Amino acid sequence: MIRVNGIHKSFGAVHAVRGVSFDAPDGKITGLLGPNGAGKSTTLRVLYTVLKPDEGSASIDGADVVTDSLAARKNIGALPHGAGLYPHLTARENIAYYANLCGIDKAEVGDRVSSIIQLLEIEEFADRRTKGFSHGQRTKVSLARALVHDPQNVILDETTNGLNVMATRSLRRLILKLKDTGRCVLFSSHVMQEVAALCDDICIIANGQVAIDGPLESIRERTGQEDLEEAFVSAIRMVGEA
Amino acid sequence: MHTFLTVFFKEILDNIRDRRTLASALIMGPIFGPVMFAFVINLSIDRALDDAESIMELPVVGREHAPNLIRFLESRNIDIVDGPAEIDDAAEAVKSGVHDVVLVIPESFGEQLADTIPARVELYSDEANSQGEKEARRARNALSAYNRQLAAIRLSARGVNPLLMRPINIDVVDVSTPSGRSAMLLGMMSYFFIFALLMGGMYLAIDTTAGERERGSLEPLLSLPVTRGQLILGKIMAACVFMAASLMLSLMSFYVVLKFMPLEQLGMTPNFGLPVVAGAFFLLLPFILLGASLMTLVASFTKSYKEAQTWLSVVLIAPTLPILIVSILTLRPKLEFMFIPSLSQHLILVDMVKNEPLNGLHVAISVLSTLVFGVILTWVCARLYRREGLLG
Repeated sequence: MIRVNGIHKSFGAVHAVRGVSFDAPDGKITGLLGPNGAGKSTTLRVLYTVLKPDEGSASIDGADVVTDSLAARKNIGALPHGAGLYPHLTARENIAYYANLCGIDKAEVGDRVSSIIQLLEIEEFADRRTKGFSHGQRTKVSLARALVHDPQNVILDETTNGLNVMATRSLRRLILKLKDTGRCVLFSSHVMQEVAALCDDICIIANGQVAIDGPLESIRERTGQEDLEEAFVSAIRMVGEA
Repeated sequence: MHTFLTVFFKEILDNIRDRRTLASALIMGPIFGPVMFAFVINLSIDRALDDAESIMELPVVGREHAPNLIRFLESRNIDIVDGPAEIDDAAEAVKSGVHDVVLVIPESFGEQLADTIPARVELYSDEANSQGEKEARRARNALSAYNRQLAAIRLSARGVNPLLMRPINIDVVDVSTPSGRSAMLLGMMSYFFIFALLMGGMYLAIDTTAGERERGSLEPLLSLPVTRGQLILGKIMAACVFMAASLMLSLMSFYVVLKFMPLEQLGMTPNFGLPVVAGAFFLLLPFILLGASLMTLVASFTKSYKEAQTWLSVVLIAPTLPILIVSILTLRPKLEFMFIPSLSQHLILVDMVKNEPLNGLHVAISVLSTLVFGVILTWVCARLYRREGLLG
């Protein structure tokens, strides 16, 4: 369960996030939808504790991301945008490194890594060094790495960017699987179809603010638009005018 | 502790597989120093050959005919050795390169001297050979000196002032001293050790911040349930291991190179046996932590890998500054110098290599102050690793 309560974040003169609030409950997929530069990534970075909010607060399963950040991180599996691997280590070693850092019992690490490799269907290249991996291969390995400690809350930042159809489909299946096991999945995207197809709740962010949020149906009703794209555009207009 | 070890072992594995790190840590640093050193020493040897203070070997045929002359030559730092058995072989021995110079004293030498006839000696040399030319010049100078001395004695015996023979007195003042030269060379040596140990950890230090950031692996790493202090400590310690390996290799390669260098021709007999190698290793060990944290600190302010490399090449030169100043001013080790890292190691190392007794207090201050600087910088690195700007 992720709670975001009125967070603000500025970088110098740029006020990137201006009072974003939303809840991402367990057993649901929550989508952060918004144009490039809307503040999605900044919001997520506050959630996985690499940035501190200037104002407001956020918590992961009740642990505040500022005052209790270590506990908050324990329950997050985060995949930042453009996450990189260690090129001299094999995929398996990359994943095992994170498993060890997450404090998984030494005797268990091997099994845990093998099972996540199976889950993400990356056996084929698991024992190759990651130097020269394709974008899709890298994304799968870094996702495996983020999920190896079996976190309750999964944060994915633009993960489907640049993936081909097959890879996107298998990622979608995985996200649905996570939801079915009661995980809280929060993912950001600027692709509306993806969000519409996958998410239970949608939070449209524009200009650092939440334009509108709720289930897809309620967004359609409130904006009076049948098509999500139209709903998206009119929601963004609403923020612009306000 | 668990996190620290995980990071530490991962960094070791990662960098052992990285050719660039291995090349700089295990080849570049350790080889560059000794090669430069051998080059400079060879140049110095050429220049120092006619230095009267070094010992020269002079093969002599018929030494029994002129015992006084032989004693005189020996007093001029010339080692008299037996030349070819026969007078006739002297020219052949020089021509074939067995000897560079041969002095032949004929049987008639004593007789001619007693009769005040100019007594004949023969000096065989090959003037086309620069080495032979230098030795011949030195032998000739020594013989002329003996010549003047005998002339002076003869004049005094006849009541004539020998100074009449010397209307002009030329006094050439050479201000260079072999110890000064060797101090310069020794200073170079201690810098090479520092250079090698810094090179060993340079890429690891860059990787800690700029490298991880550029690769995109920093953000996911920081989102793990670990404290950043343990991450950076593991990384700095891994850098230290590579630096220690690099230092050890560089000491060993100097040990091997010095075995083959004709340093005695420079009047230098550096004390650089295995005990000194071990001593130098432990003396420089505290500097490793300081170097690793300093490089990590500098790299953490840079925006990219390339920028970090540029700045770190400045850090590679920085430790030479105090050494250079002290070498130019030829300052002797003083207590207050021992508080300055790199300078203290240099001064103690020079004393070790000169085989002078070590000042225990100096060693203790050097080790402790360098360690304290290292710990402070490591702490600063850990503080800086917590800031948001780290993400770039």
